[in-house]
Amino acid sequence: MNEQLAYTIEVFANGLMAGVLYALVALGFVLIYKASGIFNFAQGVMALFAAMTLVGIQNGQVPFAHLINSIFGTDIHYFGWTVHSAFAIILTVGVMVLLAVFVQRFVFRHLVGQEPIILFMATIGLAYFLEGMADLMWGSDIKTLNVCATEGACLPQGMNVWLEGTTYEALGYGFFIDNLDIVASIVAAFLVIGLVMFAQYTKQGRAMRAVADDHQAALSVGVSLNFIWILVWSLAGFVALVAGIMWGAKSGVQFSLSLIALKALPVLMLGGFTSIPGAIVGGLIIGVGEKMFEFLIGAPFLGGATENWFAYMLALVFLVFRPQGLFGEKIIERV
Amino acid sequence: MFYREAGDFSTTYAEDQQTFPIKFDRYRYYLVLFIAIVVVPFVVNDYWVNSLLLPFLIYAIAAIGLNILVGYCGQVSLGTGGFMAVGAYSCYKFMTGVDIWWGGELLFRLPEFNIFFSVIMGGVMTALVGVLFGLPSLRIKGFYLAVATLAAQFFLVWLFNRVSWFYNYSASGQINAPERDLMGILITGPSTEPWAAYLFCLFFTIVCAVIARNLTRGASGRKWMAIRDMDIAAEIIGVNPLKAKLTAFAVSSFFVGISGALFFSVYLGAVEVGEAFGITKSFLVLFMIIIGGLGSIFGSFAGAAFLVLLPVALKVVGVDWLGWPTDIVAHLQLVIVGGLIVIFLIAEPHGIAQLWRVAKEKLRLWPFPH
Amino acid sequence: MSDSYVTADGRTIGPVVMEMKNITLRFGGVEAIKDISFDIREGEIRAIIGPNGAGKSSMLNVISGFYVPQDGEVWYKGSRRPAMKPYQVAQQGIARTFQNIALFEGMSVLDNVMTGRLTHMKTGLFSQALWKGKAEAEEVANREVAEKIIDFLEIQAIRKTPVSRLPYGLKKRVELARALAAEPSILLLDEPMAGMNVEEKEDMSRFILDVNDEFGTTIALIEHDMGVVMDLSDRVVVMDYGKKIGDGTPSEVRNNQAVIDAYLGVAHD
Repeated sequence: MNEQLAYTIEVFANGLMAGVLYALVALGFVLIYKASGIFNFAQGVMALFAAMTLVGIQNGQVPFAHLINSIFGTDIHYFGWTVHSAFAIILTVGVMVLLAVFVQRFVFRHLVGQEPIILFMATIGLAYFLEGMADLMWGSDIKTLNVCATEGACLPQGMNVWLEGTTYEALGYGFFIDNLDIVASIVAAFLVIGLVMFAQYTKQGRAMRAVADDHQAALSVGVSLNFIWILVWSLAGFVALVAGIMWGAKSGVQFSLSLIALKALPVLMLGGFTSIPGAIVGGLIIGVGEKMFEFLIGAPFLGGATENWFAYMLALVFLVFRPQGLFGEKIIERV
Repeated sequence: MFYREAGDFSTTYAEDQQTFPIKFDRYRYYLVLFIAIVVVPFVVNDYWVNSLLLPFLIYAIAAIGLNILVGYCGQVSLGTGGFMAVGAYSCYKFMTGVDIWWGGELLFRLPEFNIFFSVIMGGVMTALVGVLFGLPSLRIKGFYLAVATLAAQFFLVWLFNRVSWFYNYSASGQINAPERDLMGILITGPSTEPWAAYLFCLFFTIVCAVIARNLTRGASGRKWMAIRDMDIAAEIIGVNPLKAKLTAFAVSSFFVGISGALFFSVYLGAVEVGEAFGITKSFLVLFMIIIGGLGSIFGSFAGAAFLVLLPVALKVVGVDWLGWPTDIVAHLQLVIVGGLIVIFLIAEPHGIAQLWRVAKEKLRLWPFPH
Repeated sequence: MSDSYVTADGRTIGPVVMEMKNITLRFGGVEAIKDISFDIREGEIRAIIGPNGAGKSSMLNVISGFYVPQDGEVWYKGSRRPAMKPYQVAQQGIARTFQNIALFEGMSVLDNVMTGRLTHMKTGLFSQALWKGKAEAEEVANREVAEKIIDFLEIQAIRKTPVSRLPYGLKKRVELARALAAEPSILLLDEPMAGMNVEEKEDMSRFILDVNDEFGTTIALIEHDMGVVMDLSDRVVVMDYGKKIGDGTPSEVRNNQAVIDAYLGVAHD
């Protein structure tokens, strides 16, 4: 098999895997946007916050230790225990639900009926707040995240040896695919299926869709908007946690995680803000697109690191020709 | 009582349309100008200029620029950092003589521009780039546009990082402002006198503010605000939306570019693009206009002053008085700024400028409540 | 046909200024306007009436250039109007008001009225930035026109009030002021009296007649209130389900069987 072609396919496959992670973050955006019309810029920071909280709980870190030490002159850092991953995840979900209640109670309940752009800017403020909060609670050093079921049975790291061996034997070229990426794709698939089932077949899911369709109508048939919005923010927090675990396990829990999550924005612009399949397809397009562009054009001709902007440029150019995104409906303007 | 407009009548439309129609305001404005131009240069020291006055003046220009786009024309931009970078790098290229290459050969080299005109060229080039990135605004609206401007942010930073022509092939990838003077007085470089740097920036700040005020109170301002409030209705009453939006982008970017040029040449002296003009800079300036007041020139100043002062004040309180580590104070600052943004959006979407207006209203009626 | 004539009550109606020829407008599969032709004469008050969903608003949107019809021609001042953007139509001297008030909520009444003058203000960005001189002179000259309109519509007292604080009836009047400030050759009014009480309606009718009388402005309006329409207008077009079912003076239209059927319903056997 042609070496060059094989290598291209490998880049393509890696792009697909990266795209899955983008789609995962984008999913959180779509959930909130559909139900409340809020374009949640803080989704990336929520992933960071969730991942940091998870690591902190796992390691038995004392929250706000640094701040407490500075104020009271104490020297505490750890409780001295470690928490099992599964339990830590449950606790973190609890924290994300609390966050959802907090956000709804103190921020967006007071902004009901404001213009979308005001809501958007409020989420930028929220992103700053959360980022500072995460750093205050758990410290801003880079952390390694590892989720283990039992001792030794952790999220797999490194490339998949089996896949490399098999493809080498079959095609004469060993494909390098990250184990973690494979797991992430599977998890993402389950997450999407789970969310769709939830939205389709549960009472809360139906209420959620009703709210997404028309706030007033939903209100008039007895759906509690407040509850639904907290539910959606909690779900988004959960999705953020999953995304945070995947990204964090891959490249460490640090600030850049929230920047990577900004990539979800062009994904949404491609896929349309209200479409779950759009988020997935958009994520894959962006993931593959930026890897292929870097490989074919960026690295050889433009000096590399084009991944920094390619996604945004693609979305920008795309939007000029199709402002409603891939799956959005055509906008008819009225007076 | 303390603040009154009684007996203050406009007898012509021109009088009614001036910047400060109320006499009291007008005199206060002259007083502030007088202090800023005549008094301050004689009393400032290096610390005051470099940690407060220069950043305040420079950010005020950027905030005015962004406010024209966001506050007056309603087009949210997250690309301010990138546009400031365009101003900085254009200024640098014009300061050091623009070299034009073709096919690996040096075609010609422009003479080195005077620092004053280099800064202006920084603004002009940024206006051109701004128009280019403003073109999609005809089709893309609201936060779609906000996200699209991220393309400008990330692309421009990448461009100045990767294309060595922009930093004159220096090994460090940085740009360094060479010593330049204006009529014999040093403006850039390490041995610049603080008052000279201050006056140079002050000049640009005043001119930018006056231009912004003139544009926003006249026909252009009305076109922008019409687009902001209801773009379809604006088009039907005869506003060409593309032209209005593009002039907003051009004027806004011009100011932002001037601010970037000053930020690099006078304030920092040496710049690494990702660090100085990253996305956090875009947010910083956006926060300034939200806290200061969208659609208000005074608000741009107030917001810039607030967000320049806040870190300094926090540092004084947290680090110097309480003895906390600097990183804790930095994190606290994020929490406070983020929280303030949310609080302002909830409680006073028109920012400090509106608080100021309400305060004036109260002062006028004092000591009576109504 | 294109000459002036004098009506029974002594009003002089000028030649045809705008003519719609066989206009058809579709949204997807729905035909909102089906092959409609009519004309507007200079100095007249022309009404378009019809039940809900008859396509009246769509017709007005075609005139003001917001919708581009799939078929048909618009003739304006003796020549066929090429496809153009709404702002170009406005620059040609066609101003309008909206059914659901479309004022600029963030601006004062004066600024809103001044936006109506934008098509007359030509100074460039640089003179505006300087202000003193050309820009200021132009500003003042246009302010005078705007003030005249403000005077005329009796809204001097709320000149500097933000529009968002005004009650509904005043908003409607400010919107009329903004359209008038453009000194249009044709003024389009989209349900100027919708949602008003009797007194406000009387005020508005008086303003419409005064505008027509004093400035000689040609007016085309849509209105539901039949009584008002019959009193105000010189000629009436009646639409139903996107088709024209009547055209003529109020008394002609009133006796038109198709119109009576559309409004009162037809007795079926």
